[in-house]
Amino acid sequence: MVDEVILLGYWPSTFGVRTRIALEEKDIKFDYREQDLFNKSSLLLEMNPVHKKIPVLIHNGKPVCESLIQVEYIDETWPGKIPLLPSDPYQRDQAKFWGDFIDKMVPGLVRLMWGAKGEEQEAGKKEFIEMLKTVESELGDKTYFGGEAFGYVDIALIGYYCWFDAFEKYGNFSIEAECPKIIAWAKSCMKRDSVAKSLPDSEKVTELVPELKKKWLCLKSL
Amino acid sequence: MASDEVKVIGAWASPFVMRPRIALNLKSVPYEFLQETFGAKSELLLKSNPVHKKIPVLIHADKPVCESNIIVEYVDETWSASGPSMLPSTPYDRAIARFWAAYIDEKWFPSLKSILKAEGEEEKKAVLAQVEEGNALLEKAFIDCSKGKPFFNGEHIGYLDIAFGCFLAWLRVTELAGGHKLIDEVKTPSLSKWAERFCNDPAVKPVMPETATLAEFAKKIFAKPPA
Repeated sequence: MVDEVILLGYWPSTFGVRTRIALEEKDIKFDYREQDLFNKSSLLLEMNPVHKKIPVLIHNGKPVCESLIQVEYIDETWPGKIPLLPSDPYQRDQAKFWGDFIDKMVPGLVRLMWGAKGEEQEAGKKEFIEMLKTVESELGDKTYFGGEAFGYVDIALIGYYCWFDAFEKYGNFSIEAECPKIIAWAKSCMKRDSVAKSLPDSEKVTELVPELKKKWLCLKSL
Repeated sequence: MASDEVKVIGAWASPFVMRPRIALNLKSVPYEFLQETFGAKSELLLKSNPVHKKIPVLIHADKPVCESNIIVEYVDETWSASGPSMLPSTPYDRAIARFWAAYIDEKWFPSLKSILKAEGEEEKKAVLAQVEEGNALLEKAFIDCSKGKPFFNGEHIGYLDIAFGCFLAWLRVTELAGGHKLIDEVKTPSLSKWAERFCNDPAVKPVMPETATLAEFAKKIFAKPPA
């Protein structure tokens, strides 16, 4: 039976990027369907009735929701190719811990980008920088978070990279000045086909921000 | 053997701490329970979980493992030969179990907590409605996941049973305080029967706090009388 893989996404979403990268890493052919989050399709609502969010991975008609759960699902379903998670239980746990930590960066980013100017934005920026520094010390001098192999934690974080220019512009700070190792790591990741193909252009993302601000009070749906 | 020693840093009232304890019990793994004092954090906790400084932490052979649902998976994988698998066998069913565990932590439990903190009838009604909506979803999830068997995980308690079941004592406390049943034979018949099975399981009973004891503790920490 030929696998049918559909991915419902929204082009600037940091979460959708994760699933795309995982599919590309495994060389899985998939049908990407762009969603209008302001006018949600019946397919999206049917496939993710609980959260009504993207990304949704539909594999042979069955939906899998939540981006990091999707990455793990892809790794378990197509194990033969490049493993995205370590096989050792302790290393796997560490990878999932950092994936979870990276997800916990979202509220700070929401405040930075969409919060009220002044105190709220500053608080969001401070939280983001602190958390990114924690992630940077976990990376250390390694090429990737897992060492020599690109994997789950890299995939969890790299999606934010296309938003870095927007964070810097609206937060008025330099991520490279705060976390140079993260920038170096991101540039290494961008050399991978799977990442280059999956990340949207930073400039286009930054240009979209005023329009998004008008449409949403916060980025919860992304 | 000292190198295989297992410790759990936690607190008796925390539902998150119950998760690794149930998992270890299911795998018959002996462990030392290191109780934290409420309101203070031990040196060992701060050293073992410097990022979040939170319980539970599992320490296995001197290596710390953090985040309760992640710890459960770690226990399942490390002691895989010591008991039935806590996660389903197919990648799809595992993804579904992880999805519902995430939903419970991100949406359901925060709503449940809000009931105890709610001020005024309007707020209480709104939060109650959220929890009931969640319970209806979880009732359906139970039917889909269990496929006619006693637990979310099938024949045996597993990851999703633990992820949800750990909140049952707090759920009972909330029901008492609000005078309103949240899981019962009428609204959520399957969950109602599952809850009883779960709470009576020998792996769960020793670590599930008594409702009355927990209610007393809740009064203290919320520091205002129930409505």
